[in-house]
Amino acid sequence: MKENDHIETISRDVARTAGEKGRLDGLSLGEGATRAPLMAAKEYMRAGHMACPGCGEANTMRLILKVLGEKTIVVILPSCVGVISATYPNSTFAVPCFHSAFEIAAPTAAGIANALKLQGREDVTALAFAGDGGTFDIGLQSLSGAADRNENFIYVCLDNEGYMNTGIQSSSSTPEKAWTMTTPGGRRGRKKKFMQIIAAHRMPYAATASIGNPLDLMEKIRKAKEIKGMKFIHTLTPCPTGWRMPEDLTAKAAQLAVETKLFPLYEVIDGTEYRITHEPQGIPVAEYLKIQGRFKHFKPEDVERLQREVDEDWERLVAQTRLGGCI
Amino acid sequence: MRILLAGNYAVAEAVRLSRVKFVAAYPITPQTPIYEKLSDMENEGKLSGVMMRTESEHSAMAACISASLTGVRTFTATASQGLALMHEMLHFASGNRVPIVMTNVNRVISAPWAFGSDQSDSLSQRDTGWLQFYCEDAQEALDTVIQAYKIAEQVLLPIMVCIDGFFTSHFIEPVEIPDQETVDAFLPPFSVPTRFDIKEPAYITNVVNPEQYMGYRQRSFEDMEKARAVIREVNQEYKEIVGRGYDPVEAYDTEGADIVLATSGAMTSTARVAIENLKEKGYKAGLLKMKNFRPFPFEEVQAVLKDVPKVVVLDRNISLGKEGIWCQELKAALYPLERRPQVYGYIAGICGADVSPDMIEDMVTRALKSEQPEKLPVWVRRDG
Repeated sequence: MKENDHIETISRDVARTAGEKGRLDGLSLGEGATRAPLMAAKEYMRAGHMACPGCGEANTMRLILKVLGEKTIVVILPSCVGVISATYPNSTFAVPCFHSAFEIAAPTAAGIANALKLQGREDVTALAFAGDGGTFDIGLQSLSGAADRNENFIYVCLDNEGYMNTGIQSSSSTPEKAWTMTTPGGRRGRKKKFMQIIAAHRMPYAATASIGNPLDLMEKIRKAKEIKGMKFIHTLTPCPTGWRMPEDLTAKAAQLAVETKLFPLYEVIDGTEYRITHEPQGIPVAEYLKIQGRFKHFKPEDVERLQREVDEDWERLVAQTRLGGCI
Repeated sequence: MRILLAGNYAVAEAVRLSRVKFVAAYPITPQTPIYEKLSDMENEGKLSGVMMRTESEHSAMAACISASLTGVRTFTATASQGLALMHEMLHFASGNRVPIVMTNVNRVISAPWAFGSDQSDSLSQRDTGWLQFYCEDAQEALDTVIQAYKIAEQVLLPIMVCIDGFFTSHFIEPVEIPDQETVDAFLPPFSVPTRFDIKEPAYITNVVNPEQYMGYRQRSFEDMEKARAVIREVNQEYKEIVGRGYDPVEAYDTEGADIVLATSGAMTSTARVAIENLKEKGYKAGLLKMKNFRPFPFEEVQAVLKDVPKVVVLDRNISLGKEGIWCQELKAALYPLERRPQVYGYIAGICGADVSPDMIEDMVTRALKSEQPEKLPVWVRRDG
């Protein structure tokens, strides 16, 4: 088997599912949206944005806005999204957008959602885009508060596993031993199990999603749009710049994260009902690691350790889908 | 309707009468009764909006900002550490030109931990771009909150209405509550348009270059200047409709006075007694009550003090390394005058420490007797 054979297999799988009409029901992707739905849906992210080439975040935001459509108000934070989205007087988004402060995506979106309700404009979706720093770290308290109050908006965490906007520093989402500018010898802490924290809030809907599986991502956003209350979507958004990999490997990295079971795709309903939405192929984690420069110093035992952890986490997730609730 | 009411409850009544749609708050002593009273009102269906019980003051202010941008009238209240925690968002509110009204119940700021009244919390937010008004009593607090909405929504800048913790906030006083029709006649429904227009989507808080940033600051500055006239007009209209009003400064027996005592907040009530006592003893003493801190009433202060030989400024706050903050501001306002009064700075009542009429009389007579002000502010403490 050549090095990248499995990637091509994944790509074909995705292409095939994209053509399956049954999966597209209710997505409202516009006329003629059967064979190439992603291309057909109307865009709400404009060309000419300022993302680095191959940015996973830009792609993720684009897909999400396609599903949510015109009646959306976006909250963003100081982050890569802030840089991507607008330099005065331009705006990357074709929907209203408010660039708020770093730690308050959740209460800001909640303020909008509450005001919309008071105005009888509940057909408009409040959407927050926050990075892993704004979610896992500085924004955790305010996110937790909004989840506790079950505020009515969609929170999307664009997780690129570091403070990439400020130049690749470690966050509590950075994988253990990964290289960053502030962990040149490898990060000592371990990546926070964020979905467990989220599930503990027992919010109506939480899910993981990936641009490697765009239809799964879009279907989850469609669901989130219809559910009242707090919705959390955790997306892993590859960052060629910070992950030290060529910019054309973004989709591959996203797919490998899923297919190695490192970033499984699943939903959590009310914090208890777990459902895996995509059966991963179980490709060795090493395949995911070796396309990224940030792991190039990994020794075989590091890879083995990570593989063990990924396998254990997967088993735990599978058990959760059977048992329901936390284990 | 005239009833007995603590200042905090008077503020809550003002919020109800102003038909505020969105309240986001977090409890902190001594602001908590405002939060509780508004919760009661919401529970009883008397509040025309919703309460968001946030997990921090920082989030409360964030939510007020975005709700205001969406197009609803908002309110929050805080004190001390809570205001300090909000600091980042205070800049965000004024920078985004949202007409939020907030009550700050003045409380000393840590360390060490303590709870009494002290204006250092709000005065240290001086440069956040908020208008700041300081109230003497519960009645003024109620009237000022209602007026603040009308002012804020005209100049598109947020307003902080300050009352003294445990004094104004907790003292029970007779308060005249206007009826809803009267307030409705004065305060029109919130009409600031939504900044999130689906049909014409725009981006709020872009990344700008230095020249553009300076342009934004200059426009905010100019609108703060315009607020001076708006404050006067709104107060005049309130007087006509409701029957009461408060000028940016209030001068009492200052003409021909040998000395004028300048105060702000609840200490003004004590100063009124001291001034009467001094006059009975034959002193020609007047009182300058300073209500507005931002925009600072330079012209009004100059007009009152231009022929007065001596001014005593009583500060319940301290800027370490300088002096009382009202004292600094007042000196700066007097500087352009050709003939300037001598300004005596006294620090008293820090953290709600007792300030009696006797103590104020001593300050005034001490200033009268001295040749010129001391270099450093004088600390007036009971324990020495």
